[in-house]
Amino acid sequence: MSQDNLIIAGKSYSSRLLVGTGKYKDFAETQAAIEASGAEIITIAIRRSNIGQNPNEPNLLDILPPSKYTLLPNTAGCYSADDAVRTLRLARELLDGHSLVKLEVLGDPQSLYPNVVETIAAAKTLVKDGFQVMVYTSDDPIIAKQLEDIGCVAIMPLASLIGSGMGILNPWHLQLIMDRVQVPVIVDAGVGTASDAAIAMELGCHGVLMNTAIAAAQKPVLMAGAMKLAVDAGRAAYLAGRMPKKLYSASPSSPTSGIIASAKK
Amino acid sequence: MSAVCLDQLTLCACVRVKYKITIIIGDFLEVITISINGTVHQFDTPINVTTLIEHMQIGNKRIAIERNGEIVPRGQFNQQMLADGDKLEVVVAVGGG
Repeated sequence: MSQDNLIIAGKSYSSRLLVGTGKYKDFAETQAAIEASGAEIITIAIRRSNIGQNPNEPNLLDILPPSKYTLLPNTAGCYSADDAVRTLRLARELLDGHSLVKLEVLGDPQSLYPNVVETIAAAKTLVKDGFQVMVYTSDDPIIAKQLEDIGCVAIMPLASLIGSGMGILNPWHLQLIMDRVQVPVIVDAGVGTASDAAIAMELGCHGVLMNTAIAAAQKPVLMAGAMKLAVDAGRAAYLAGRMPKKLYSASPSSPTSGIIASAKK
Repeated sequence: MSAVCLDQLTLCACVRVKYKITIIIGDFLEVITISINGTVHQFDTPINVTTLIEHMQIGNKRIAIERNGEIVPRGQFNQQMLADGDKLEVVVAVGGG
C-alpha cells in the first residue's frame, strides 16, 4: 500500500490513522500508544502555562517532537470563532509558523456538538490568514461543502459525539459528504472500537481521527495497535471493492449441480 | 521687553523644568500592573518580555504569548516593554484530542 498515501494540503502521509494526545495516564503511556498506532499526525491542545509551578516538569513536545510528528493544534474548549482564531494564532507562533491546524468550535459543553455557524466564521478568517484548516464539523453535507468552498484542506465530520464511543451512527451522511467534497474526509469523533474505524474506512473515508477510543481503552497501547490494523483493513477492503449487498442471496458459493440425491423419500 | 514680561518668561521656564523633573521621578516610582493568564502581577521597574519569562521560570518551555489580543513574536521578546494594564496569555502545548 506504499502508493496509497493520504494527501493533505499537498503533503503525503502513509498513516491514515490520526491520533489525539489527551486523556492518557501519563506521558509514557501517551508515547507508547502513539508509537503503537503508527500515527504521523497527532493533535495537541493549547493551554495556559502553569506559571511558577514546577519549572522542571516535562513538556509534551519533549516526548512528541515536531521533528518526528506532524503536530495538529486544536481549538478544543473554544465556543466562539474569535477564541478559535486567537488560539490557532498562538499555536502557529508556538510551532514556529506551522500552519496546518484543526479547527473546532463547540456549541455546548454537555454534548460538545460543533457550532457550525461559528465554525464557518472562524474558517473564513483562518484561511484568509494563511492557515491550512482541517475542520471538525457535523455530518451535514451542505455545511461540509461550504467549508470546502471556503478553502479548508480537510473535512472532519463526526461519527458520533466526542468521547461517546458510539461509533458510525450515520454512514449515509458520511457518504453524502464524500460524494460532494474533493478534499480528504476524515472521520473525527465517536469512534469506540476497531470495527468503527474499519467501517469508516470501508465507506471510503480518507482517514480516521480518534483519541478517547484509545486512551480510555482498558489497554490503550493494545487498542492503538488494533486501530492501526483496523484502519489498514478497512482501507484495503474499500480498495478491493466489496461485493454488493442483496436482500435475498440467491447465489450460494458452492455449485448447485451434482448434489447427491437425498436418501429420504 | 518690560521687566514684568521677562519675569513671567522666567517663571514659565521654571515651572516647565519643575514639571519635567516631577515626571521623571514619577516614572521610577510607577508600579506596572499586568494580568498574566488571568492573575494580576505588579512590577516596580519597567520590564520586557524576556525578563518576564525569566521571572516566571518558564524559559525552558516552548511557549507563545499574546499581549492585548496580539501575538508577540519570539524575536520581539527583548524589545517589547510591558505597560501598565497589559493583558497577557502565555500558553504551552498540552495533550488533547
